[in-house]
Amino acid sequence: MNFHAPGQPRPYSNPYLTGVGLGLVLLTAFVVMGRGLGASGAFASSAAGVTAAIAPARAAASPLFARYLSDGGPWLDWLVFEIVGVAIGGFASAAFARRIRFAVERGPALGRNPRLATAFVGGAVMGFGAVLARGCTSGQALTGGALLSVGSWLFIFGTFASAYAAAPLLRRLWT
Amino acid sequence: MSAPLFDAGLFGDRGALVVALAIGGAFGWCLERAGMGSARKLAAQFYLTDLTVFKVMFSAIVTAMLGAFWLGRLGVLDLGRVYVPETYVVPQLMGGVVFGIGFALGGLCPGTSCVAAVTGRGDGFMLVAGMFSGVLVTGLWFRDLQPFYESSARGPFTLPQALHLPYGVVVLMIVAVALAGFQCATWLERRAHRA
Repeated sequence: MNFHAPGQPRPYSNPYLTGVGLGLVLLTAFVVMGRGLGASGAFASSAAGVTAAIAPARAAASPLFARYLSDGGPWLDWLVFEIVGVAIGGFASAAFARRIRFAVERGPALGRNPRLATAFVGGAVMGFGAVLARGCTSGQALTGGALLSVGSWLFIFGTFASAYAAAPLLRRLWT
Repeated sequence: MSAPLFDAGLFGDRGALVVALAIGGAFGWCLERAGMGSARKLAAQFYLTDLTVFKVMFSAIVTAMLGAFWLGRLGVLDLGRVYVPETYVVPQLMGGVVFGIGFALGGLCPGTSCVAAVTGRGDGFMLVAGMFSGVLVTGLWFRDLQPFYESSARGPFTLPQALHLPYGVVVLMIVAVALAGFQCATWLERRAHRA
């Protein structure tokens, strides 16, 4: 048993145990819903929703957005509710472990504003990649990986090969 | 009665959204517990000093893969009705390559950026904003991308089909690779901490 000073953030849990827990959550999604987890799909659905609110014709003209605008509409999408759950669950876990902290996480050699800029650009690049790949680390790597989809394993391979190839060039951001 | 339960008509579309909130909540909880809301921890995997991401991700994949395999074999889960992401060889490989560059730049992925943002990290918030903008812009110019997006389509295509091996053999191979990977990860972390 670990002892912690009151008010101090608790250490993170064992990665293997948490991974097994995460795997059981994913398995529950298969059993209950017949589908897996996701994250980038929620971004696509809300982007479709925002575009439809501002420029309905423009949204309908995008084959990517159009498919989120049918059925219950972009805001009642399964993944939108799931990602709201992710935010609630993540917040609750951090609050119980006293890990809520207002900060900008960055490498020791990088300033605060440059870090905010690289986070934004990194996110935008991932947004483009996730559309091309039809999902991200949740919908492709975890879900498709566990279901042995060839495309998902190609995504995993592509992601880690390029991230490890890019990392030495980006050393100043993180070390 | 065989799962998926949603297909068995136990609950409707509204019920499915409640399930989405609950499953998402458990997903977010696990991500935060493991420290995956921290960009520095995630980025450290690319410098081989902290391989938590690899350990969490592959334990999760192996657990869900074994669960789906055995529940299918026992007749509890009808795997034919679980949605397998369809394969588009070149766009998914290239999507992964682009995604990996963004991952190394931003230090978080779409799901973990949401956890980072709600636990107070400003960089997580900016990554969420960037991700949203990237998807928005790609969506607006999607027509130009569509021919490539739909190229090399293979439909639902799995590793057992591609390798001409039985499902159980591929499952066993992935378990073996993951266990070897965990040993490697531990060795790399030890080496990094000695240096």
